[in-house]
Parts: sequence; structure tokens; C-alpha cells
Amino acid sequence: MRATVHVRLKKSVLDPQGQAIHHAIRTLGYESIREIRQGKYFEIELEDDVSPERARALLEQLARDVLANPVLEEYWVQIEEESE
Amino acid sequence: MKFGVVVFPGSNCDHDAYHVISKVLGQPVDFIWHEQTTLGEYDAVILPGGFSYGDYLRAGALARFSPIMGAVREFAARGGFVLGICNGFQILCESGLLPGALMRNRGRRFLCQFVHVRVEATDTPFTHLYRPGQVLYLPIAHGEGNYYCDPETLAELRREHRIVFRYCDANGRVTEAANPNGSLDNIAGICNRERNVLGMMPHPERAAEEILGSSDGRALFQSLALVLAAMARE
Repeated sequence: MRATVHVRLKKSVLDPQGQAIHHAIRTLGYESIREIRQGKYFEIELEDDVSPERARALLEQLARDVLANPVLEEYWVQIEEESE
Repeated sequence: MKFGVVVFPGSNCDHDAYHVISKVLGQPVDFIWHEQTTLGEYDAVILPGGFSYGDYLRAGALARFSPIMGAVREFAARGGFVLGICNGFQILCESGLLPGALMRNRGRRFLCQFVHVRVEATDTPFTHLYRPGQVLYLPIAHGEGNYYCDPETLAELRREHRIVFRYCDANGRVTEAANPNGSLDNIAGICNRERNVLGMMPHPERAAEEILGSSDGRALFQSLALVLAAMARE
């Protein structure tokens, strides 16, 4: 089973990298782009015998404890079977 | 009195810390490899600067899972003195031994320069030899030193006088212009509630001898040594 975990800075937290990318893109002439915020994306392969419910619980815990720093970041878990 | 300096893969200020303890303080000190699961008989443990695990995931995020960190957590809980410098501060925050987090510098650039910091709290084992409000001249070298915490945590840090160092100008004025990295409230270092764990972004170990441009960091190590010597006499 495949799953993805997205991690991004909370809206209330300044994202200097996203701002720098946005600034560069504006200078390239993409004037219609109002804001860019940079995040992280993890592709995760789980063993086949893990149920989607179990996988979700596992990855929520993994995201909270390791992949994201809850002081700064928020995350969401997507199980691929569920989205199809 | 015995000091330990934890060495993670990617630590690069471990030898500076070791040098200050052994040569400047003249006290016994060991390197502690991060794969150890116990700490042994140490009175103070230093988590040094560097780029543990290449700063992968987030600065300090993977070092927190090193086997030694369980022992460091127990050591801190028993009241042992823990000093985290730069990457060590990042590791302490990621480990939950100190609150908040260190984000990418506001200006996005890696900063390698001397700064001024004001001693805000002298009632810690690390800072009692300084005068309240004393201005120190210390180097910083970091890409992620922008301290952040939620408003409740900041209020708690202030109320409990746990902000130990703040970035300031040469005259001790804490201003926005003197804030190198965008840190909330110009925070350069904080301690835990029990005051036995200190994390700071500036490098006192690189400024403990005149030949290095400043010796303002030396009193931090001397403070700790005096406390340990007094405890040993009791």
C-alpha cells in the first residue's frame, strides 16, 4: 500500500523560502502568482497486510512524532487506496 | 567533576567544547559517542554545534532519536546539567527538553558572524558569574536559528525568567536591527523550568580565549564548574 504525508508550515508561521521562490518567480514575469509556500512530501510504502485504517493511524502518529514538528508545521496523511 | 561532550555524526564543534573544558577550565572531559545508551558518571553534558545527520528532515530532528538521547533525557530529569549549543539547542528543542523550535533564518542566509547578546538571567548554573544585563560578544554560525514558540509558551518563558540571552546592540539595547535571524523577542538562549538545561544559538566555546577575538564565553563554563565544585564539597 502506498501513502503520502504532506508537511507544511502553519499559516501563522513565516515561510522565508516560499517568499524567496515567489520573489524569483515574480521577476520571471509570473505576475498572476500571489503566494507560494513551500512544504515537504513523503512517499511511503507500507506492507501489504496493513489495513488502510491501521495505516492511517500509524502514519498520523509518524507524522506527529517524526515527520513534522507540531510547533511549526501541520501535516496531512493520504492513503492511496482511499483516494482512488 | 566530569564533563561529557556528545558526538553525533555531523557534530563539528565537539572538539571546541572539549578544548574549552580540558584546556581553559582544566577539567576532565570525555567524548560520548551518540550510539551509547548510557551516560556514566558525568556531572555536565554538552550537546555541541554542527550538522548532526546533515540537518536532514529538520535541524536536530534525527539526532533526537540517537540512542544516547534517552540517557540525556534521564540525566536532565535527575537534575544533571545539559548545555546545548547551536545544533545542540536545536536538538534540545526537537527532543522536547526545551520548548519551541528553531526555524530558517528570517533572511534565509547562513549567518557566520559575531553578535552581541545580553544576559537576561543570571540565576542559572550557567550564567551566575555574569552581571544582569551584561553584554557579551559571541559568534553565531547557523542557518536555522530563528527561535519560534506559541504566544502561551513565550508568556511562560517571560514569567518564569527563562529567557537567558537576547540579541542586542553593542550598548545592550534589544532592538529589531540587532536581531540577526528573526528570533521571537530576540531570543538567543533559554533554559528549562528547573534551570539545569540551557540551549543557546551563540557559541561560548568559540569565544573563551582572547586569541579567538573574545573571551566572553569563558564565564559560562566557569559558572558551571563553580557550581559543580560546590556540589562536590557538599
